[in-house]
Amino acid sequence: MKLNRTIMVLLLAAGALHIFALCAGFLAPYDFAQQNRDLLYVPPSRLHFNDPQGRWHLRPAICGLAELPNSPGTYAEDRSRCLPVRFLVRGSEYKFLGIFHCSRHLFGVDPPARMFLLGSDGYGRDVLSRLLYGGQLSLFCGSLATILSLSIGVLLGVSAGYYGGWFDAVVMRCAELFLALPWIYLLLAIRAFLPLHISAGRMFFLLFAVIGFVGWARPARLIRGVALSGKERGYLLAARGFGGSDLYLMKRHLLPQASSILVTQAGLLAPQYILAEVTLSFLGLGVGEPVPSWGNMLATLLQYDVLVSYWWMWAPGLLLIPVFLVYHALGNALQESADCRVYSQ
Amino acid sequence: MRYLGFRLLQSIFLLLGVSLLSFIFVEAAPGNYFDEMRLNPRITNETVAQLRQDYGLNQTLPIRYVHWLSSVSRGELGFSFAYDSPVAPLLWSRARNTLLLTGSSIAMAWLVALPWGILSAAKRKAWIDHASSVIMAILLAAPDVLLALGLLLFAARTRLLPVGGLASLATKSGMWPEVRDVAVHLFGPVLILVLISLPTLVRHVRAAMIEAIDSPCVHAARAHGIPRSRILCRHALPLALNPLISLFALSLGSLLSASLLVEVVMSWPGLGPLLLDAILARDVYVIIGSVMIASLFLIGGMLLGDVLLFLVDPRIRTEGLA
Repeated sequence: MKLNRTIMVLLLAAGALHIFALCAGFLAPYDFAQQNRDLLYVPPSRLHFNDPQGRWHLRPAICGLAELPNSPGTYAEDRSRCLPVRFLVRGSEYKFLGIFHCSRHLFGVDPPARMFLLGSDGYGRDVLSRLLYGGQLSLFCGSLATILSLSIGVLLGVSAGYYGGWFDAVVMRCAELFLALPWIYLLLAIRAFLPLHISAGRMFFLLFAVIGFVGWARPARLIRGVALSGKERGYLLAARGFGGSDLYLMKRHLLPQASSILVTQAGLLAPQYILAEVTLSFLGLGVGEPVPSWGNMLATLLQYDVLVSYWWMWAPGLLLIPVFLVYHALGNALQESADCRVYSQ
Repeated sequence: MRYLGFRLLQSIFLLLGVSLLSFIFVEAAPGNYFDEMRLNPRITNETVAQLRQDYGLNQTLPIRYVHWLSSVSRGELGFSFAYDSPVAPLLWSRARNTLLLTGSSIAMAWLVALPWGILSAAKRKAWIDHASSVIMAILLAAPDVLLALGLLLFAARTRLLPVGGLASLATKSGMWPEVRDVAVHLFGPVLILVLISLPTLVRHVRAAMIEAIDSPCVHAARAHGIPRSRILCRHALPLALNPLISLFALSLGSLLSASLLVEVVMSWPGLGPLLLDAILARDVYVIIGSVMIASLFLIGGMLLGDVLLFLVDPRIRTEGLA
């Protein structure tokens, strides 16, 4: 498949997002669950490039914070206790890519100073670190669910279109059933009958399995249409005449035809599924504390004081806008290139 | 008419299928409402077993399904464990509120989307079209949660809108003040739902209108010297109507989904919060009931779409009669 430049750039951007999320342990200065009970709802730290004597430095410094004695909840910087930001520092231990034990972080600051580039939350946890770890869950839940629902869609769609008859009828009635329900009600209904309180790792698998399973109907219907029109083509009949088995015909002749639909559907479904995970976690049906997901981070905004006072807690929601812009642009570009190829044929 | 009868029959089978599907999920689910009670040392195992028997939880799936169907025919839709009452009365007021919210949202959304889409199709590739596509791309990328929370912040900060709920606590007598009160509370959630559904609608209206404007009969109308506005409304719009009516049913589905979230965030007493509470309490029949009502809305919307198509499109009408 020939990729044009727009698609390349957008694919790189989407890939970069996933790589950032994968390297969350390295990029995040702290662990997602590390609390600082004396630093609650601290606004984003300021990076100082000049010291109190007025000299300028290339290396930024972060100043220690002290709670103001007569107004709890507000903090003042102590310019005399400034510590420089260091790169590749030793910090809390994490597993790089889930395999290697590691304790180096890309940047950090020596204790007792704390570095909250996006502020801290109600337990004094670093919002930036939680955002990165949360991306791990939200982004990969979306992409794995996309892969799952497309695989179910291909399996059922191609075989329904190819074999036809009662199998086709049953599969398509089931697809109509799934499409007849508003997706979030369906998602909640299936989620309702699965355990509520389980470990974060299992919850991740459960979430992407449920989301992927709910979404199989649309790709299955599209792919069935392709298989239905493809199975009457001359070359397929010829291949069958030469003794090609059903499996061979589906794999060799029907699947390649469906590939452009698969790619465009992937671009369209992935953002929807990310949103589905965010919505589920937001409603309290996804991963629970202390493990972060963009959804359960946003759920803190339902508390009145957080909503009104702490603007940095909006970070995961605002981050979703560029993420979705990339995905939507990718979906559109893929669709356009697929249409062009259909017309040029 | 046979066509419509066929669609009606199909919808009923679809609803039956939805209920069967929900029951199969119930059967597959680990745990039930009374499991939490077992943890309570003051409730004996015998009591829990008795309760399970009273509520018919130890019967097999087909028997429970038949029982449920008979309770549907009595208009009860099963029995809620948490509220200790039939499900239907719980659902009706909630369903009415959800219908009020989604109904007014879908009307508003189409009222805005139609002129907007027609305008940007008529001024294709002009700055107004580009501007509208940028606005739509940003709206599409803004997650529903963020829009709803943004409205909540706006309401909390400015106090121009009520922060949530359906009506004020201070009761005002008379019909007119009550209606006005509900309308004020309705404004925020409807605004968010319109913003959520607008991008898809405008994009489809624009695409359908562009296809219609490019069709030979519209070119012919232009060659006859018919004014542009008349061409758009009298010639192009009816041509574009067919896919748009199909979109109507689909937009209802996504709107119902979005409205669940908005209901939870804005504490609108609709089906959404009820369903969420029922899930956390494992109140099985309330879950099935709300899912059924939501799919009833959606299927009703599709039927309405079919009727509209039947009225608008002569091809379907003659096909149905033949």
